[in-house]
Amino acid sequence: MAAVLSVLETDLMAYRRTWRASVLSSFVLPTLFVLGFGLSVGSFVDRGGQLGPVHYLDFIVPGMLASTALQVAFGESSFPVFSKFEWIRTYHAMVATPLRVVDILGGDLLFLLLRLLTTTVVFLAVTSAFHAVHSWWAIAVLPVAGLLGIAVAAPIFAFAARVDQDGYFPMLMRFVVIPMSLFAGVFFPIDRLPEVLRWLAYISPLWHAVVLCRAATLPGFGVSVLTAVGHLAYLAAWAGAGFWLALRAFRRRLVI
Amino acid sequence: MSPFRRPRPAPDQVTGPVGATGGAQAPDAPMIHARGLVKRFGDFTAVNGIDVDVARGESFGFLGPNGAGKSSTMRMIGCVSQPTGGVLRILGMDPRRQGTGIRARLGVCPQQDSLDPELSVKENLVSYARFFGIPRRVAKAKADELLEFVQLTERADSKVEPLSGGMKRRLTIARALVNDPDIVLLDEPTTGLDPQARHLVWERLFRLKQQGVTLVLTTHYMDEAEQLCDRLVVMDGGKIVAEDSPRALIERYSTREVVELRFGAASLEDMAGKLAGLGERIEVLPDRILLYAFDGDEAAEAVTGRGLTPSGTLVRRSTLEDVFLHLTGRTLVD
Amino acid sequence: MALATSFGPGVLGRLDGSVKRSGAVTRRNISALRSAYWLVVISGFFEPLLYLLSIGVGVGGLVNKMALPDGRLVDYAVFVAPSMLASSAMSGALAETTFNFFGKMKFMKLYDGVLATPVRPMEVALGELTWAMIRGSLYSAAFLVIMVVMGLTSAGWALLAFPASLLVGLSFGGLGMALSTFLTSWQDFDVLGTLQFALFLFSGTFAPVSSYPEAVRLLIEATPLYHAVELIRGLTTGSPHPVLIGHAAYLVVMGILGLAVAGRRMGRLLLK
Repeated sequence: MAAVLSVLETDLMAYRRTWRASVLSSFVLPTLFVLGFGLSVGSFVDRGGQLGPVHYLDFIVPGMLASTALQVAFGESSFPVFSKFEWIRTYHAMVATPLRVVDILGGDLLFLLLRLLTTTVVFLAVTSAFHAVHSWWAIAVLPVAGLLGIAVAAPIFAFAARVDQDGYFPMLMRFVVIPMSLFAGVFFPIDRLPEVLRWLAYISPLWHAVVLCRAATLPGFGVSVLTAVGHLAYLAAWAGAGFWLALRAFRRRLVI
Repeated sequence: MSPFRRPRPAPDQVTGPVGATGGAQAPDAPMIHARGLVKRFGDFTAVNGIDVDVARGESFGFLGPNGAGKSSTMRMIGCVSQPTGGVLRILGMDPRRQGTGIRARLGVCPQQDSLDPELSVKENLVSYARFFGIPRRVAKAKADELLEFVQLTERADSKVEPLSGGMKRRLTIARALVNDPDIVLLDEPTTGLDPQARHLVWERLFRLKQQGVTLVLTTHYMDEAEQLCDRLVVMDGGKIVAEDSPRALIERYSTREVVELRFGAASLEDMAGKLAGLGERIEVLPDRILLYAFDGDEAAEAVTGRGLTPSGTLVRRSTLEDVFLHLTGRTLVD
Repeated sequence: MALATSFGPGVLGRLDGSVKRSGAVTRRNISALRSAYWLVVISGFFEPLLYLLSIGVGVGGLVNKMALPDGRLVDYAVFVAPSMLASSAMSGALAETTFNFFGKMKFMKLYDGVLATPVRPMEVALGELTWAMIRGSLYSAAFLVIMVVMGLTSAGWALLAFPASLLVGLSFGGLGMALSTFLTSWQDFDVLGTLQFALFLFSGTFAPVSSYPEAVRLLIEATPLYHAVELIRGLTTGSPHPVLIGHAAYLVVMGILGLAVAGRRMGRLLLK
């Protein structure tokens, strides 16, 4: 464990210098969005009455929360991981120390987890100020955002360890992350989607996290314990499989 | 003044008891012991059955053209690559099972820079020390000490990016020393550096050597090998083709002196024919002819004695480069 | 939707880093369409389409009809589609002229090579802008075709909206050129990206500016994307009004000013 923590410590040391940029993407932009979109478009949606008594702002806040976790996970797992293999090569330096590959991977994922938790806490605080959070259960979004982040990041860690150029990441962003964010229930309920797209949403980890986050912050959208466990298990499966793939990819790259 | 206290007990590492077992080895046991060591990547055999022994305090070099198997050997010794076959013992331990324990007692200076540009110069050392389980306070003190040793104290808080190539290499060497390693592995330590920077790195490595640190390095600079290595092996095609001290290798595979002859526009092949019988060996290069002889001046006189008038004649002592080229051939492998 | 701007700087800039120099600046960019880069270029078209489907159609399903300035009631998708067209014309032009241009100017020293030839800085700028326009016009045309197919505008109005979208691209291209001469580090892109995102959110794109408080509305009406959105929406919804000329004039002036500033400053920056 001390070994894992020493990796986390290095990540935090570096983050001390780079946190400003991340505040923009993981805090300012989502907040702008909640204000710009949630409030203005929300007033039209609320007049439409399709969501019943639920305010649209309240509806998208948990969705945006999960979506922000997805962004953070992508941001911390794509270029940074690729860079540590290809550009700055610090993974190669780390593997020459007593650290094992699993320590390196574990430390970086732990750092991601911290980023996810702090981002989520700030997001919750800000949206609470706009009265968009309606239950103490909202605390439950913390582990959900963390789990979603790992579920998404771990496979991308594996991907970043295997690709030979960074040009794949904009593709991943545009063909996977953005479509997921737009159609996995963040902005509108997925029962409005055509059958095929709905199944794509079911497959995406984001939808499961959105359902759980919404259940936590909005009383009307609660789910049964069994359903919640099902969603969590699905996310955990992504996280577990992703971790296994990442470990294999890292070993292949570092210990040959 | 010296950052190295020696002898000293095996450091207390995150790896626990594994690291301690090696410390119990006999004082005269080799630091590195390889027998029939093999590394294959699929069908390609990078290292093809080599035998190596490196003694405590020795400075040992692997020489060879690119692709000779030096780096693969270094990676196996560094325990980041599993041997495919043969025996390998490092500090008396088996890298297949005790990799973490071994790595805890190695210092590695890789060929390509792998410093963290998001950390300051000093932070690079402190964070690296933390990977060895060294307490933060100790790590900071150690970092100061090592920055002094590699003459980077005034750059402690600087970012890594603006450092020159030589400074980065010195910082990497300092990083390899944070854990007071028993063996320091240096993969082409001065490749890509300008002459001043190279000499500064050599001077620091020489200091280490004097302090009794076991150095293992790869290089394809012959002057580097002559400067730093007590003993070296020449590798080619995954095998060891020669092994000895630099001086002994020169004596065995070359002559004491070499005469370099230039003949302007004349055909060197024709000239070589006319030189037949002079010296011990003649080698024709694209721009000159090398005449290997015990006494260069005598050989040069013999050349003019045959009525030949070279446009340039240079008599010099034989170097490791002559050995190296003799053993590994002149075709450039790149 | 922090999405559009959330991936860090260096993405596109690095992609065409391997490209060789060429005297003709526009042709250099077309020859840059290699390996993965063409996929990025193509994906630039899908992004506004995906937004249109998600926000316009998906969220639109939750919204009643929207009232246009002329009083007609239209589907939310009809209201949002022109915003997406204008926004993507903006971000395409800005990405190409700030992000890529900056990388080429500061880090790849590409223009030092170009400027060693008889090409003048302003010609370089225009060449870059032409490239941004060619790319942008393809996106716009494809997007308009889809709008017609989805019944969000008529073919005739789409034909009129097409040159308007080119004007938007040209205008923001000019602005981007000028901005890029003021940028000093990649960090500036984070700020630029945030501003761009704010424009994207508030310029009457998703809700009419009349729904904002008075002070906010006045502020928005001073910013360029508002005029681009209003111009294009006026055309695609088939409600021409003299005020559209005002919006167009704003864009023309911004484009010309941008190019003038860029031309002056670039000469100074590059020729020292």
